[in-house]
Amino acid sequence: MSKLIEVSYFAVFREKAGRDSETFNTKSETVLDLFGEIKKIHGFGEPQGHCKVAINNDLVQWDAKIEDGDKVLFFPPVSGG
Amino acid sequence: MKITDKEIKISQASNRLRNKRSGAYVSFEGWIRNHNEGRHVRRLEYEVYEPIAIKEGENIIDEAKKKFDIHHASCIHRSGLLDIGECAVWVGVSSSHRKDAFEACKFIIDEVKSRLPIWKKEYYENGDSGWVNCETCSSS
Repeated sequence: MSKLIEVSYFAVFREKAGRDSETFNTKSETVLDLFGEIKKIHGFGEPQGHCKVAINNDLVQWDAKIEDGDKVLFFPPVSGG
Repeated sequence: MKITDKEIKISQASNRLRNKRSGAYVSFEGWIRNHNEGRHVRRLEYEVYEPIAIKEGENIIDEAKKKFDIHHASCIHRSGLLDIGECAVWVGVSSSHRKDAFEACKFIIDEVKSRLPIWKKEYYENGDSGWVNCETCSSS
């Protein structure tokens, strides 16, 4: 079933996507599926294993399910400190 | 855990860790250096996603308190534009004895660097700029 998901980007993802956020109508079941869709559109080449993802401001694993209305945040590899 | 776009007041922050049970205080300061991977760096910018950075930073400090015999621990990370020589991150730990304070301090800075949604962009002498790759990515 199709869901409406708001996706936010940070750092290099935001620059590659050319926007902070956008809304997707998707049939993806998990954040990993959704990331797969999006990386093709925006050309994200960063290894997924080094990226992080959050749903509604909680960090989640890549097999987490997405639901209609969720806000999904994709984080490229971090470099704090 | 605190994120700030102002200078980190280290003496104030370390004084908050003082208590009569502690015989040791260990801290780490990360400074902005003027070079990285052979390039001359002019300044640096940190992007922080604060809602999760603060939550995850608190989780790390709680984990350190469970893992090590320490009394207090704290971390402050900068956001925004920083000049060469400025302190970008400070970690402080107080404990009865030095061993746990050293180990907890290392644990906290290592976890902060790998888990918090923080990204740095370097601005170079020649006018270019670029996002810095994470430390663990280069090993993949």
